[in-house]
Amino acid sequence: MKSYDIVIVGGGPAGLAAAVAAKKAGNDSILILERDHELGGILNQCIHNGFGLHTFKEELTGPEYASRYIDQVLELGIDYRLNTMVMDIAPDKTVTAMNREDGMFTVPAKAVILAMGCRERPRGALNIPGYRPAGIYSAGTAQRLVNIEGYMPGKEVVILGSGDIGLIMARRMTFEGAKVQCVAEIMPYSGGLKRNIVQCLNDYNIPLLLSHTVVDIKGRERVEGVTIAEVDGNMKPIPGTEKFYSCDTLMLSTGLIPENELSRSAGVAMNPVTSGPVVNESFETSIEGVFACGNVLHVHDLVDYVSEEAAKAGEHAAAYVANGREEAAEDITVTAKGGARYTVPSTVSLDRLGDLLTIRFRVGAVYKDAFVSVYLDDERVTHQKKRIIAPGEMEQVILKKEQLTSHEGLKNITVTVETE
Amino acid sequence: MYDIIIIGAGVTGAAVARELSRYDARICVLEREEDVCCGTSKANSAIVHAGFDAAEGSLMARFNVRGNELMEGLAKDLDIPFKRNGSLVVCIHKEELDGLKDLYDRGVKNGVPDLKILSREELLEMEPNLSENAEGALYAPTGGIICPFKLNIALAENAFVNGVEFRFNTRAEQLTRDEEGLWHIRTNNGEYVTRYVVNAAGLYSDYFHNMVSEKKIHITPRRGDYCILDKETGDLVEKTIFPQPSKMGKGILVAPTIHGNLFVGPTAVDIEDKESTATTQDGIAQLIEKGGMYVKDLPIKKVITSFAGLRAHEDGHEFILGEPEDAPHFIDCAGIESPGLTSCPAIGEYIAEMMRDMMDLKEKENWIGTRKDVVSTEGLSLEERNALIKENPAFGTIICRCESVTEGEILDAIHRPLGARSLDGVKRRTRAGMGRCQAGFCSPRVMEILHRELGLPMEEIKKSSGKSNMVFYRTKEEGGHTA
Amino acid sequence: MEKRELTCIGCPMGCLVTAEIENGEVVNVTGNTCKIGDTYAHKEITNPTRIVTSTVILEGSGKTRLPVKTATDIPKSSIFDVMEVINHARAKAPVKIGDVVIKDVCGTGVDVVATGNAS
Repeated sequence: MKSYDIVIVGGGPAGLAAAVAAKKAGNDSILILERDHELGGILNQCIHNGFGLHTFKEELTGPEYASRYIDQVLELGIDYRLNTMVMDIAPDKTVTAMNREDGMFTVPAKAVILAMGCRERPRGALNIPGYRPAGIYSAGTAQRLVNIEGYMPGKEVVILGSGDIGLIMARRMTFEGAKVQCVAEIMPYSGGLKRNIVQCLNDYNIPLLLSHTVVDIKGRERVEGVTIAEVDGNMKPIPGTEKFYSCDTLMLSTGLIPENELSRSAGVAMNPVTSGPVVNESFETSIEGVFACGNVLHVHDLVDYVSEEAAKAGEHAAAYVANGREEAAEDITVTAKGGARYTVPSTVSLDRLGDLLTIRFRVGAVYKDAFVSVYLDDERVTHQKKRIIAPGEMEQVILKKEQLTSHEGLKNITVTVETE
Repeated sequence: MYDIIIIGAGVTGAAVARELSRYDARICVLEREEDVCCGTSKANSAIVHAGFDAAEGSLMARFNVRGNELMEGLAKDLDIPFKRNGSLVVCIHKEELDGLKDLYDRGVKNGVPDLKILSREELLEMEPNLSENAEGALYAPTGGIICPFKLNIALAENAFVNGVEFRFNTRAEQLTRDEEGLWHIRTNNGEYVTRYVVNAAGLYSDYFHNMVSEKKIHITPRRGDYCILDKETGDLVEKTIFPQPSKMGKGILVAPTIHGNLFVGPTAVDIEDKESTATTQDGIAQLIEKGGMYVKDLPIKKVITSFAGLRAHEDGHEFILGEPEDAPHFIDCAGIESPGLTSCPAIGEYIAEMMRDMMDLKEKENWIGTRKDVVSTEGLSLEERNALIKENPAFGTIICRCESVTEGEILDAIHRPLGARSLDGVKRRTRAGMGRCQAGFCSPRVMEILHRELGLPMEEIKKSSGKSNMVFYRTKEEGGHTA
Repeated sequence: MEKRELTCIGCPMGCLVTAEIENGEVVNVTGNTCKIGDTYAHKEITNPTRIVTSTVILEGSGKTRLPVKTATDIPKSSIFDVMEVINHARAKAPVKIGDVVIKDVCGTGVDVVATGNAS
């Protein structure tokens, strides 16, 4: 296969936005490799509304949001291959992929954009005891079956984990005639967006059991029920609190993991907190010319932020192809402290930075009436009060470039959550 | 009427079937589940034991050592992966070192070759990730690891190709002997008549034995919980790490699997229920604790799945092989627990030779002793893959991304002799769904392929046996819209 | 005067909004960070509405289900009536985003429209 300037691994929201932005930035040699039979990624199965309020100022469903970008990809004449699995990315940016028609092939690239998205944490990783019958689904797998294939995985459902997909599926299964018994969440707070608790659970009187988890699964062949118990402060089940819930399906929505097998084998340095690559202000990983964006970088709550971030990655990739890597002053490190768990990016070079620096992060616990603070070395420059800061939602701070340049000899930017 | 009916298509039943398929005889295997390898054979340590552990002079010792010897050639003939990675019995207390010498002596008497006692230094050089507390070890280079699914499937497939019939979803329920000495086996699928019966019913082997013999035996299901860790961790240890054995068995091991994962297990809890393969909170907690005693920084957060298996523990902790005095033409293969997997080739050989002599069986002229496994695309070069894809484009589509399994491999698994008919059947033959996402990605895709290839409605696609249907009905159609 | 705490579902921010109610009328809204919150609070107290999303049977395409939504929000009390109609509706390919699949569903004055393309 011919070579491309930019090969984008993944044709979901991140890959599409990156491709469009790279093209608009002037690059004409872009290839998107997508493993499914259509572009759009996970958005195609997210048929609920709530996407695009930031980007398009209107509320779209997943397929509608995806189509806005797919239409642009088609209009701009960007190349893509469907049903194509990327098998390997070499450190020299040769991408190996495979499909039925072309067989296995390599594409030499000048820049690679990682946009593989994420996957769901499986049951095994949770060490839930009990049987291993049919009827245990991750919420996303169930969502694909119901929304794309049109099959109902069950009639009586318990959902473990209150991630957004689980909440959305609680409503979706209810709409399709199933009975959702409850959503159990091991943490004392929900992992999903507040609006989803209101419109997916409260609207249909589906109980949300915080600080509860599944301690046993009954049924040898098909799930027959689960036992749910309350957990203590150390997330250990409290004896005597067990309650049996009859169900034929246990759906899991217990977290998403960036899908970085390809990044790892390419030798990209990883952040153990996000399970995503370490990137600089240009979304460039530790390998020059390899960029990362979207959920493969860190799990987002809103697709709008994915698109925004991916567009930047696309622009930077195009600039990299056009100009090579620009000589830049020593990097400033960005660190998360206190309640903040991580930051994206991890480093900033002032020479490459545009007018604004957006730092995204997540917190490790729920904070009420707390402050998001930013320190440039020891000087606090941001102290912003928030009514609620929760792990389920991504936070961001935006700094102006002048702020950074005017702070002489800046070595480190710290993002932290302070209670006063 | 059959000459021989084998009850149970686990690894023992399949090994006996394969060995008997050398002879001219009408043979049938009855299996209550929908596939081979659904009981103890699918949930064990997957270790080919060296044989130092079993009591001197026991059948367990004899068949273990012989099975170990046979395994290498068998694996080659059946085209399944097997590796002599070596076993280490590690001591973490100085006072255990005497026990090592006893084990060494027993091993030598059992005929285990090349045993060696290692000093702390030699041990840590061999396995640098062992606990700092390691004091020494018994090293058995002949210890190995194997894929129990592939072994069981390959044995059955090979038996089938050589004319052995298999009846799945067929549960033997009652055995009676008529005046002519023929055995009548009542099942949920009608009655089967046979001259000889082989009892390879695993956990239920006491049930059938006691039905025909006055000399009662008793099998206790001994549950063992296991955790499987991500392939990322598969090279933490190279050899199988055993603690010192105890009355309850060989203890909790840490070992690589033949496919590159790491596993920790099993626990050992005697229970009543022969169907209770549920894991427990305590069991998993124990694995995390005990595994960590022998291997430093055991990355227990990398667990991708856990499961429980039931060992068929006979009260006397010994294999029961052969014809009970008071039950002519009824051949026991009972009490097959560890080292049962290792021993199966030897048990197959022994039972088949015994029955050949009893029944005066004649060898077939055209017996085929080899088979080819499902094509594996893993590790193929670009050119090799493209040759395959050119022949069959299905080899160009990845279905299981974690284990890199193509549609071509799944089609092969479905359409080969005794092919897969369920998700678990596909999984055991190809590894699709065994990776770190645990079938989240591939299960709808494998369901679709089974639906298409077997001509079954999606609603009838199952994970395994019985009522393990994956989906119930189509949206917008019957069942739904109750508002 | 009655006070009710609501979580605005107008956007993923999920603002905590307090509505002050007198004689069934919302007289004041606080806590919202934009106009959507104010509108939401008024509606939620007097006439709660939701957008319904689902799928319909799709004919004449490789795909078997087409995603759909109510073009705008409908009264919350009509959701399951609307679902009943959606469950019995069929669409024929080719369809594109925005095509009307069901006109004026359940007399709400709102159409059910396609949210996916199918050829």
